[in-house]
Amino acid sequence: MTTGPHLAVALDSAGWHPAAWRLPEARPDEVLTARYWVEQVRAAEAAALDFVTFEDTLALQHDPFNPSQRGNTDRVQGRVDSVLLAARVAPLTSHIGLIPTAVATHTEPFHLSKAIATLDYVSSGRAGVRVRIAWEQADNRHFGRRDIGATDLADAHHGDKTSPLSDLFDETADYVEVLRRLWDSWEDDAEIRDVATGRFVDRDKLHYIDFAGRWFAVKGPSITPRPPQGQPIVSTLSHAIIPTRLAARAADLVHVTPTDRADATRILDEVRAEQAAAGREHETLHVFADLVVFLGETGTAARDHKNRLDDLAGAGYASDAEIFVGTPAELADLVLDWHTTGLSGFRLRPGAVPHDLAGITGGLVQELRGRGRFRTGYEASTLRGLLGLSRPANRYAA
Amino acid sequence: MSKPIKQVHLAAHFPGVNNTTVWSDPAAGSHIEFSSFVKLAQTAERAKFDFFFLAEGLRLREQGGEIYDLDVVGRPDTFTVLAALAAATERLGLAGTINSTFNEPFEVARQFASLDHLSAGRAAWNVVTSWDAFTGENFRRGGFLPQDQRYERARTFLSTAAELFDSWRGDEVAADRESGVFLRDGNAGAFRHRDAHFDIEGRFPVPRSPQGRPVILQAGDSDEGREFAASSADAIFSRHGSLEQGQAFYADVKGRLAGYGRTPDQLVVLPAATFVLGDTDADARERADVVRHQQVSGPTAIKLLEQLWNADLSAYDPDGPLPDFDPLVGEHTIARGRASVRMHRDPVAKGREWRALAEEKNLSIRELIIQVNGEQTFVGSPTTVAGQIDDLVQADASDGFILVPHVTPGGLDEFADKVVPLLQERGVFRTEYSGTTLRDHLGIGEPR
Repeated sequence: MTTGPHLAVALDSAGWHPAAWRLPEARPDEVLTARYWVEQVRAAEAAALDFVTFEDTLALQHDPFNPSQRGNTDRVQGRVDSVLLAARVAPLTSHIGLIPTAVATHTEPFHLSKAIATLDYVSSGRAGVRVRIAWEQADNRHFGRRDIGATDLADAHHGDKTSPLSDLFDETADYVEVLRRLWDSWEDDAEIRDVATGRFVDRDKLHYIDFAGRWFAVKGPSITPRPPQGQPIVSTLSHAIIPTRLAARAADLVHVTPTDRADATRILDEVRAEQAAAGREHETLHVFADLVVFLGETGTAARDHKNRLDDLAGAGYASDAEIFVGTPAELADLVLDWHTTGLSGFRLRPGAVPHDLAGITGGLVQELRGRGRFRTGYEASTLRGLLGLSRPANRYAA
Repeated sequence: MSKPIKQVHLAAHFPGVNNTTVWSDPAAGSHIEFSSFVKLAQTAERAKFDFFFLAEGLRLREQGGEIYDLDVVGRPDTFTVLAALAAATERLGLAGTINSTFNEPFEVARQFASLDHLSAGRAAWNVVTSWDAFTGENFRRGGFLPQDQRYERARTFLSTAAELFDSWRGDEVAADRESGVFLRDGNAGAFRHRDAHFDIEGRFPVPRSPQGRPVILQAGDSDEGREFAASSADAIFSRHGSLEQGQAFYADVKGRLAGYGRTPDQLVVLPAATFVLGDTDADARERADVVRHQQVSGPTAIKLLEQLWNADLSAYDPDGPLPDFDPLVGEHTIARGRASVRMHRDPVAKGREWRALAEEKNLSIRELIIQVNGEQTFVGSPTTVAGQIDDLVQADASDGFILVPHVTPGGLDEFADKVVPLLQERGVFRTEYSGTTLRDHLGIGEPR
C-alpha cells in the first residue's frame, strides 16, 4: 500500500470553467450522450483514481460564482440525471467508484435508497451518493409541493440551528438516516430459497425501519436487498459549519474547500470537533479537499490555458474552491504538502476536459507515482475497499 | 382483397414478484444480480424483440400481517437498472413501470428524458396508478389519494410530464464555439402548469431526448383505464390473450382512439403471455402441468385462496376441500400490496363459482387453484406456438405479446432459439432492427 493521498475527479459538463466548452477539443454537443461520460470515467479508471463524482441539481445549470452576461446562453445548459448516468457508466468500468449527486430536499428517500442500492449492484460494489439540499425557490417551484421558506446561505456560517437553512440540512440528516436504515433493512442472508418449506425469504431477517421524523415517516423494509457494500458511501460538500454538522452526523466522506494549508488544518479541526459532538469520533469520516485545476507542461502554458478561457468568458474565473494553475509537478507538491495536515485526499475539478483531465490522469498521477505516493493499480474491488473501509455489520442483525 | 399481413411485436417481461415465477427450479438464478437482467435483455435483443419490461412494487407484500415469503421477494430500482442495461444492449427498448402516485412529474420526466438520452432513444414508461395507504407508508405523501382520483392524477401527471418533455423543441442547442452561443433560446425548457394536482413552473433541465417523449405504456383494464390508454398511450399491456377476449378487447380499445383524433396504428395492443414449449405438443402439455404444480405449491394454494376469501385459511388442508362459507366482503384485510386482489370485483360470486367447480370436478384446494390460476397462454411445440401467435395477431386479437418467462434468467432462451426463427420464416417478425429507437420498432411515429 502506498501512503499518498486519495484522488478523485469531479466531472461536470465540459469542465468547470464556464468557457471550457469553447475550446477546440471540447465536445459540447455530446454532453447528453453516454459515450462522452464513459470516456472520461475510463480515463480516470486507467489512472486508478479512487472515484469520480457527477455534478447534478434539479435545475438548469447556473453558477453563482461566475454569473453570465447573457442569461447563461453562453455556457453549457442541460444535463441528464446523475444517478442514471452513473448506472449507465457502471457496466463499462470495473474498479473506479461512482458517486452521483442527489437532492434530498424535494425527493423521496425510499426511491433514492433503492436507486443507490441498485447502482451498487450494477457496479459490483462501487456506489456512493453525494447528497445536497436545494435551497432556491426556483427548485421549489418545480415541485410545487411545499414552501421551504426564504433561506439565506449566509446562515450556513453562523451556525444558528433555528434558521430555515439549518432545517434543510437537518432534514437531509434524517434523509440519510433513512437511506442507511433501508440499506440494512434486509440482512445479508435474508434470501434463503428453502425449497422444502417453500419460503424464498426468511421474513425474520427483513426489518421495518419505522423512521418517523419532523419531515417524513418511512416504514420499510426496502424493496431492494442489502447492496454489495452493505452501506454505499455517502458524501457531502461543506463550506461552513451547518453543512459540516451534516457531514459529521451522516457522511462517510466530506468535500471541503480550503484556501491554503492552514485553512485545511482549521477545517479539519472543525470537522473532527463536530464529529465528536455527534458521537462519531471513532468512525471514519474522510475529508477531501476540492481544487479546481488548470494544468500545463510549464507554468506559462498553464497560465496561458486559463487566461484563454477567461478571455473567452469575458471574466476571470471564480470558484468556491481554491484555483490551482501550474504544472502537474507543482500540483503534486501542493497535494503532498496539504496531505500532511490530515486530509484523506483531493477531489480535483478539471478546468476543461479533456485537457485538464489528462493533466490529472497523465501528469499528476505519473508525478505522484514517480515519488511512490500513488497506487499503480487498484488494490480493492469496492469503493469502500478503496477508501479503506470494511463492509459494515448490519444494524438490524442479531 | 385480403388484409395486409401484420408484423408481430414481442417484448420480454423480467419474471415478476409473484407465483408465476418459479424460483425453486434448479435453473433459477438471482432476481437481483445485474447479470440476470443482462442475460434476459441480451436474449431478447438477440431475438430482435421490441422491448424489455420491468414491473414495479413499492412495498413488500404482506398477507395475514406478515411479509409474504412464498414468492420471489425483492427487486432493483427501475430507472437505475434500465440505465445500466442501456450499456449492455444497443437496440432493445427499455420499459419501466413508474407509479404516478408516489412520484412527482418534474422528477419522473427528468428521469425518463435522461434514460432516453442515455439509451439513444429506447425509453418507455408504463404508467401505473395506486392509491393504497399501505404503500404510502414508505413515502412523504403517505396514503392521501382517494381511489376515485387515481386516474385523474395519472392523467394530469402524464399530461404534465408531456409538457415538460415538450418544453424543449430540439433546436435550441447551438453549441457554437466561435460566437460563444450555447443556447439559441434563453427561454428553452420554460414551463408552467396549473391544475388541481400540480402547480409547477420553471425550466426543465433536460433538452429534448431522441424520442421526444418516451413511449407510453398503460395497463389499466377498467373502462377508465381503457379510456386513459386510448387518450394517452402508445401501447397497452392487456390481460386478454385468448382469441375471443383478445378480439373483444382489441376492438374496444382501438375503437376508442377516433374519439381522441387517433388512428388504430397509434396504439399497439400487447397482452401478457406465458408459455411452455416442448418437442411435441404432448411433451409441452406434460411440462406445462409440472410448471403449474411448481407455481402453485400447497402453501401457495392456501395463500391464493385467502386472497379471494379475505380470511385466514391457514387451518385448511390444500389437498382437502374448499371452505364451505362465502368469501368475506367488506374491507380487504388479509393481503396487502397486491394488485391482483383488486381484480376480484365480486368475491362472493367468484367464490361460489370456484366451489361449484371444485365440487363438480372433485378438486382439492390446490387442484382448484391450479385450474383457475390459468393455463399458460401458449403450450405446444415451437411450430404450434409460432402458429398460434401469428394467428392471434392476424385475427386482431393483439398486435403481439409481452412474454413472461417463468424462470430467471434463462426462461426466454428456448423461445428465442426455436419460436422466433419460425415467426421470421413466416415473414411476420423482423430479422434485423430497421430503426434505432423504440418508436421505430413499434412503428408508432413521433409523439403527437
